[in-house]
Amino acid sequence: MFPAQITYHRAGSVAEAVQLLSSNEGAKLLAGGHSLLPLMKLRLAAPAVLVDIGRIEALKGVSASGGGITIGALTTHAEIASSDLVKQHAPVLAEAAALVGDPAVRNRGTIGGSVSHADPASDQPTVLTALGATFNVTGQGGDRSIAAGDFATGLLENALEENEVLTSISVPSVPSGAGSAYVKFPHPASRYAVVGAAAVVAVSGGTCSSASVVVGGVETTPARASSVEAALAGSDLGDAALDAAAAAVGGDLNGDPMGDVFASAEYRRAMAAVYVRRALGAAASRAG
Amino acid sequence: MTVPVEITINGKACAGDVEERQLLVHFIRENAGLTGTKVGCDTSQCGTCTVQLDGVSAKACTVLTVQASGSSVTTIEGISDGVDLHPLQEAFWNNHGLQCGFCTPGMIMAANELLRNNPSPTREEIRHGLEGNICRCTGYQNIVSAVEDAAKAMGGR
Amino acid sequence: MTTRIFGSGIRRREDPRLITGRASYTDDIKLPGTLHAAILRSPYAHANIKAVDASGAAGQPGVVAVYTGEDTDGVLNGLPCAWLIPGSDLKTPAHPAIAKDKVRYVGDAVAVVVAESRYQAEDALEHIAVDYEPLDVVVSPKAAAQDGAPQLHEDVPNNIAFTWALAGGDTDAAFADAAVTVSDTITLPRLIANPMEPRSALAQWSAASGELTLWNTTQNPHIARFVTCVVTGVPEHKIRVIAPEVGGGFGSKIPFYADEAITAFCSMKLGVPVKWTETRSENYLITTQGRDHIEEVEMAATSDGVITGLRTTVYAGMGGYLSTAAPGVPTILHGLMYSGPYNIPNISGTVYGVFNNGAPVDAYRGAGRPEATMLLERMVDLVAAAVGQDPAEVRRKNLIPKFENGHDVATGITYDSGDYESALDSCLSAAGYEALRAEQAQARAEGRCVGVGVSSYVEICGLGPSQVAGAVGFQGGLWESAIIRFYPTGKANVMVGSSPHGQGEETTFAQIVAGELGVDVDDVEVIHGDTDTTPMGWGTYGSRTTAVSGAAITVAARKIKEKSRALAAHLLEAAPEDIEYEDGRFYVRGSPDQHKTIQDIALMANVAWNMPEGMEPGLEASAFYDPPNFTYPFGAHVAVVEVDPETGHIDLQRYVAVDDCGVQINPMIVEGQVHGGVVQGVGPALWEGAVYDDDGQLVTGSMLDYALPRADLLPDIEVSSNSTPSPHHPLGVKGIGEAGTIASTPTVYNAVMDALRPLGVTRVDMPLTPEKVWRAINDARNGG
Repeated sequence: MFPAQITYHRAGSVAEAVQLLSSNEGAKLLAGGHSLLPLMKLRLAAPAVLVDIGRIEALKGVSASGGGITIGALTTHAEIASSDLVKQHAPVLAEAAALVGDPAVRNRGTIGGSVSHADPASDQPTVLTALGATFNVTGQGGDRSIAAGDFATGLLENALEENEVLTSISVPSVPSGAGSAYVKFPHPASRYAVVGAAAVVAVSGGTCSSASVVVGGVETTPARASSVEAALAGSDLGDAALDAAAAAVGGDLNGDPMGDVFASAEYRRAMAAVYVRRALGAAASRAG
Repeated sequence: MTVPVEITINGKACAGDVEERQLLVHFIRENAGLTGTKVGCDTSQCGTCTVQLDGVSAKACTVLTVQASGSSVTTIEGISDGVDLHPLQEAFWNNHGLQCGFCTPGMIMAANELLRNNPSPTREEIRHGLEGNICRCTGYQNIVSAVEDAAKAMGGR
Repeated sequence: MTTRIFGSGIRRREDPRLITGRASYTDDIKLPGTLHAAILRSPYAHANIKAVDASGAAGQPGVVAVYTGEDTDGVLNGLPCAWLIPGSDLKTPAHPAIAKDKVRYVGDAVAVVVAESRYQAEDALEHIAVDYEPLDVVVSPKAAAQDGAPQLHEDVPNNIAFTWALAGGDTDAAFADAAVTVSDTITLPRLIANPMEPRSALAQWSAASGELTLWNTTQNPHIARFVTCVVTGVPEHKIRVIAPEVGGGFGSKIPFYADEAITAFCSMKLGVPVKWTETRSENYLITTQGRDHIEEVEMAATSDGVITGLRTTVYAGMGGYLSTAAPGVPTILHGLMYSGPYNIPNISGTVYGVFNNGAPVDAYRGAGRPEATMLLERMVDLVAAAVGQDPAEVRRKNLIPKFENGHDVATGITYDSGDYESALDSCLSAAGYEALRAEQAQARAEGRCVGVGVSSYVEICGLGPSQVAGAVGFQGGLWESAIIRFYPTGKANVMVGSSPHGQGEETTFAQIVAGELGVDVDDVEVIHGDTDTTPMGWGTYGSRTTAVSGAAITVAARKIKEKSRALAAHLLEAAPEDIEYEDGRFYVRGSPDQHKTIQDIALMANVAWNMPEGMEPGLEASAFYDPPNFTYPFGAHVAVVEVDPETGHIDLQRYVAVDDCGVQINPMIVEGQVHGGVVQGVGPALWEGAVYDDDGQLVTGSMLDYALPRADLLPDIEVSSNSTPSPHHPLGVKGIGEAGTIASTPTVYNAVMDALRPLGVTRVDMPLTPEKVWRAINDARNGG
């Protein structure tokens, strides 16, 4: 409840943030603070320097961009949940944003902060991976883009260089006729996902033309369910096909299974199949 | 190290020199002397510290004072003068929506935003809207009734 | 008009200050020059302390003082255990405020830093070096009692703090003759009370006057003063304990803690006010927890489901030390209630109170009675299943028939009044029980797992006759006192020794006075929570405040009425026996115009211009009320759940409660107590349970892991009530604070087991988390 001493800088621009990160060894970015401050309060994190990017207007808001939308890193979960652009182009993202934490957390917590924290129990990394989003970052070496699926590199670890700032996320539109869904098993205390399953299912001529399925909460990073996707492709998306596809998720979960006192690794794996099935059912029903 | 900050709390400018690590809830309670905002946990779960920060509800234990410098904050002391009650306060009183009262300021502040976003919520929607606020006394039922009642009282406002 | 205020659901006078954020809880109080304490806590569950080097902390910014066990040793006395169960071979090993040689749970205090701010005090803790020698750890109370288990206290073999036995009838014969016997081992995990206000202490020592003032989050300021005297050595009359606004307690603010003693010690050393407030993480580690029972239970019955015997062996975890009231909880408040609302002629039980490496365990809402009701209601359901009868019907045939003035049970206690079958009938009817069973059959036919749970309960409250308290080893009395003081303008103060902290007795006590004396309820102010301004009392717990303190107020009010009658007679020049009283007016029989109001009397008594010969001036009365017996509220509850067999998730769909707490003073407050109580009992059935790992580390160490009931997880509780007055209470009231918590855990548990029965699942340990339920279903499917 009482963070250790810090030095605080409020950055006026992305360039200033990058400069501050570069000139302060071990500095941490602070956006909404809803991932970092809880750790600091328990003194599980004690960064000497915080660079607050929370007031940089350029990092806020959702805009349409060729074939999709671009979401500023500082856009809050509440803004995403209620954004017409998001609902139009990537409704599953709005659906997931409404399930993050609680209303006050959604008001302050940002999508950039959430994904940078790289907590596999977060909702948005799972959904963004399923949507094939791209993370746009700026650092001393200039700008670059990182695929959503490559961003989290381990438990609470991301692909950012020390001086890089995540500025925005580009999300391609869910193709017309495709259905998408995010189904979550929330921890009853923390509200983080014990298991979260995101599915985007495209239909063409009555059969599944492509599918993107990702599971969060089970492994240290969002897990792409390639076997499920393969099983869906070309199927009629009937109950039997969805049952069979969901059952295949076990083959996709061979990494580092996570478990805790509330939900063991074995249980999470079993629930992955159940929640993937439910996500597929919801996505398929919305497709077409 | 201390730094100067200025936060408008309940319409009044509150300036001070604070440690950069200070949490906003401590500024509100210690520097501004407004102890209606409570500290009930240390993991951003309980919601007893809920205030309005630049117009939306926020958990003041999960914001640094320096982050909020230049912002405006409304606390439980700011939604009424303590005599002419806010409809939510009146409804919590009428519906026995509190027992020990410790969660109540945060609960009312959370409910206030809930009703701003959804002026006539169902009981189910109220229950979901209060998912970030823990009460250990009431079982929530009379809180839900209070918010429902306040929604009716505030209709058309 | 005004008398009707008694029994009406008027809104609470406590609320305006609470809903506007203007109330002052302990941590809200600011005294000039206050320093802030932070306490260094053991990271080990069991270790020898080889050395403490606090020198590094002393020079840190803002630090004023650092103290360790070396400093408090011989200055602070050990924390006393105040419930010394006779005949139990009770061991009370030393409990120092700051550990010097050994720590026995994670969180045990090792040192304290006092600094100008709490932030600085926390910083300095990181500069104290402690050399620990870790020792083997034992967490399970049953494992701790076995030969060869790690020993927490040298002089306590097998960690057994006490062994308490209960026997009524001939249990062995009952089991030998039984057509049906059922058994189970029931685990009641540790529960964290979680009042929303963390504990806090603010101590102000005045060396000049030798007086110590302690603002404290306590449920019982007079006990806190008593124990503060014992621990600090400051004479009792020089200690003032103030419980300002207190934000819930649920039992966890009954005990006297090391933290208060340490805070007082610091203030006395430094001569300035010192404040300590626990963080929630600290609360989870150090504030007393509830339950921690392993209960091995058997029940005997006839082939028709008539219960003939109950036999238990209980291992009750005590944690690292014996907390203030700990030994009484799993014994007196638990075993004596083994008969519940049923006729059970033969009952025996053995309870082992066992030290284990966790936070001390003490009273938590219901305290002993939820643990008894859980085992009883579980057994009754097992008997029903064994004899193939409906669980409601098996309950009905075993309930004690209606009685109005005393019923003895095999555990040796005498219930005051009861009408258990009416409560059960009311509840079944409110729930639509027959229709529920039909819907359940339909659901099962559709492959859905719907369950209906029923429970009947009786609890022991209104603690209690002080003679009994003494006989069972409670190191205090259990009476309450009240002073009613009328002022010349006809307004009154009521001073009580009990200390409500959310239960609304500032309102209900004023309703009692209004009802007794016909004054406007707003003309009565209730004062509590300050040992300097209130008469002695034993505190608010055990659903006793309205029952015992309310009775003291009633008796005092009746004394006021008698004095008023005598003064009215004098002023009206009539004989006292000719004075009638109605609705706040004293009048001459047959001449209602010739009257004095209570306000007239208050004025004349206070100015004392014209008093009868020998009557003292003033209108004030005090009463000490020692109840002749406990009170025994009761009721019946029904829950409906649906289980998702794919995931193990449980959806609590309906909850119906019928409670009988005797006469109700304020039905709105009664209902609120039931709502909150029920939800607090649903918690441990479905979500709550503190988990320590094998190293004694608390895995559920914050609100991120310990799942409390939240608004969106619950249905509305359907509440109604019956009223069977207590025959021995001046108002007929019994108490309602704990009823919901006592009944709801087994009701929900039984509902879930009912839902799972067709799947072959017979038992799951609480809390019924999705994974546990899912595993039980899978194990049953796999023939496990």
